[in-house]
Amino acid sequence: MEPPAPFPLIHTRDLAKVYRLGDNVIKALDGVSVDIARGEMTAVMGPSGSGKSTFMNLIGCLDLPSSGEYRLDGRDVAALTRDELATMRNRGIGFVFQNFNLLARTAAVENVELPLVYAGVPARERHTRAMEMLAKVGLGDRADHHPAQLSGGQQQRVAIARALVTQPLLILADEPTGALDSRTSLEIMALLQELNRGGMTVVLVTHEPEVARFAGRILRFRDGRVVQDESNHRPEDAAAILAAERKAA
Amino acid sequence: MTLFGLLRVAMRALAVSKLRSALTMLGIIIGVAAVIVMIAVGAGAQARVEEQIRSLGSNLLLILSGATTSGGVRMGFGSGQTLSEDDAAAISREIPETLAAPALRGTAQVIWGNQNWSTVIFGITPEYVEVRQWELAAGHMFDPTDIAGATKVCLIGQTVARQLFGGVDPVGQVIRVRRVPFTVIGVLEGKGQSMMGSDQDDLILMPITTARNRVLGASARAKQRSVGTIWVKVQEGHDMKAAEEQVRALLRQRHRLQPGADDDFSLRNLEEVAATQEASSRVLALLLAAVASVSLVVGGIGIMNIMLVSVTERTREIGLRMAVGARTRDILGQFLVEAVTLSLIGGLVGVLIGVGTAMGIAELAGWRIVLAPESVMLAVAFAFAIGVFFGFYPARKAARLNPVEALRFE
Repeated sequence: MEPPAPFPLIHTRDLAKVYRLGDNVIKALDGVSVDIARGEMTAVMGPSGSGKSTFMNLIGCLDLPSSGEYRLDGRDVAALTRDELATMRNRGIGFVFQNFNLLARTAAVENVELPLVYAGVPARERHTRAMEMLAKVGLGDRADHHPAQLSGGQQQRVAIARALVTQPLLILADEPTGALDSRTSLEIMALLQELNRGGMTVVLVTHEPEVARFAGRILRFRDGRVVQDESNHRPEDAAAILAAERKAA
Repeated sequence: MTLFGLLRVAMRALAVSKLRSALTMLGIIIGVAAVIVMIAVGAGAQARVEEQIRSLGSNLLLILSGATTSGGVRMGFGSGQTLSEDDAAAISREIPETLAAPALRGTAQVIWGNQNWSTVIFGITPEYVEVRQWELAAGHMFDPTDIAGATKVCLIGQTVARQLFGGVDPVGQVIRVRRVPFTVIGVLEGKGQSMMGSDQDDLILMPITTARNRVLGASARAKQRSVGTIWVKVQEGHDMKAAEEQVRALLRQRHRLQPGADDDFSLRNLEEVAATQEASSRVLALLLAAVASVSLVVGGIGIMNIMLVSVTERTREIGLRMAVGARTRDILGQFLVEAVTLSLIGGLVGVLIGVGTAMGIAELAGWRIVLAPESVMLAVAFAFAIGVFFGFYPARKAARLNPVEALRFE
């Protein structure tokens, strides 16, 4: 094992994002200072308009802050160009979206390969790695299926495989269970917890306490600020709940 | 992403809405086909003009005997008899790069059996055949003794042969030209229409001496060796302008014209006439191609239109690609390749249809067409350029999308 890095994986200081709509100035994010360590599973909560989505966009390198500091793995993101941000997303971040965002009419394995395509990995290696990841999320036998041929839970597993395939620094999941029923949601959360136990840093954006209870730390946003930063020392175990439900049934 | 990968993505995207892709291509297909057909037809017309110029004989000067004034009334060129066979001989002798052929011209009724036909008679020397580049289809030429002895022999053009003899072989037959019997010793190769539209094969050639003494009669006899026209061929590689001036100076000197006096002959450089004709047919071909390329541009606008729609429809896909690491150039390349794929496939289909149509026109309408590989390549290259040009704006629009907004797009 490498010695732990002397700095947190995510480090923000006074992070702010300001939008101008005509004469109105909207502070979507108003001075957020948060550190997230490697291996943490963090839930970002708050009502809509609280700034949690803006926060996710900024730490996901999809957008640049208006002011403040953001370091991802020690790198100053605010100083990056558009294409450097793209490379940062490619190498460092695995996205999981509420609506899966898989390419239609494209086989599951090709969806998983997509980030590797932009990383310039040769086709053969791409395929091998994508197949490994599909096997890891339990869909090794569905590699040739198109998204339309898969259930919602399976589609989200493909999306998670896609997020993992570049071996990113963190998984950034935006309402990952928002489009799923409660049973499938539990399965997805169990998968994310399993990845977290394997050392993966996971940041979950959600407004559902049902989902947040599986995280070891909960950040609550309101009006563009962090109003509560709470450690959950005994997060619930999604896999155990699933097993119990199965036994009951 | 490799080019092959981009091509695969593009083909897949185009296959999603096949009808739409096909309709978009239609503009390019029609444009390319039109360009190819127009160039083929235009080049065909140009080739015809060039052929006509060749049939006239190349590097020719035409000298017409000059205007006479009779009682203050000025007659047209050719009315006077200011040129003579001696002028022609002098030109050939004094200006070594030229060959001059004198000709007497008249019209006459010709009769064979119960057929008769009115045609043009040329009294010539053997040089004429060389200068005007007449070939024989059958029979043989005059020999010098025919000229010296004013033999009653003649060569007839294809039209005369057809009108008088129908299917019979004319060689050896005797025809009557103004009641004078002539033996047909040869039939000329056909030249077709002249640039002015007159039939160049409707003529009879006979020795100049015979024509003067037996056929064209009294007015020609008045001035014994006078001729109406002299054709001058200038050897390949010599400057036509210079030759023209030399001939003019020689004739003025021989006719003892004072400096400042008008020429008593008319000297025409047929090269210039030909060049004008050729230029106008080239302009026509160019104009046709230009009109056709307008439809290519319209096709390009169709591509731009559909690519803009496609970019909007696929905003989320673009956002997703950006989220997983697509850089500006990846997205730009993806949509540019898609636009170029549309235009290139359209271009290739257009080539097939264009070549087919051009051949059909040649077959059905009997027009002359020239299908040059360069014009086909040009049309395809133009289609490619249209794809790049009209695909660039939508592709750039896609590449410049904000990933956050693109991902949230509904």
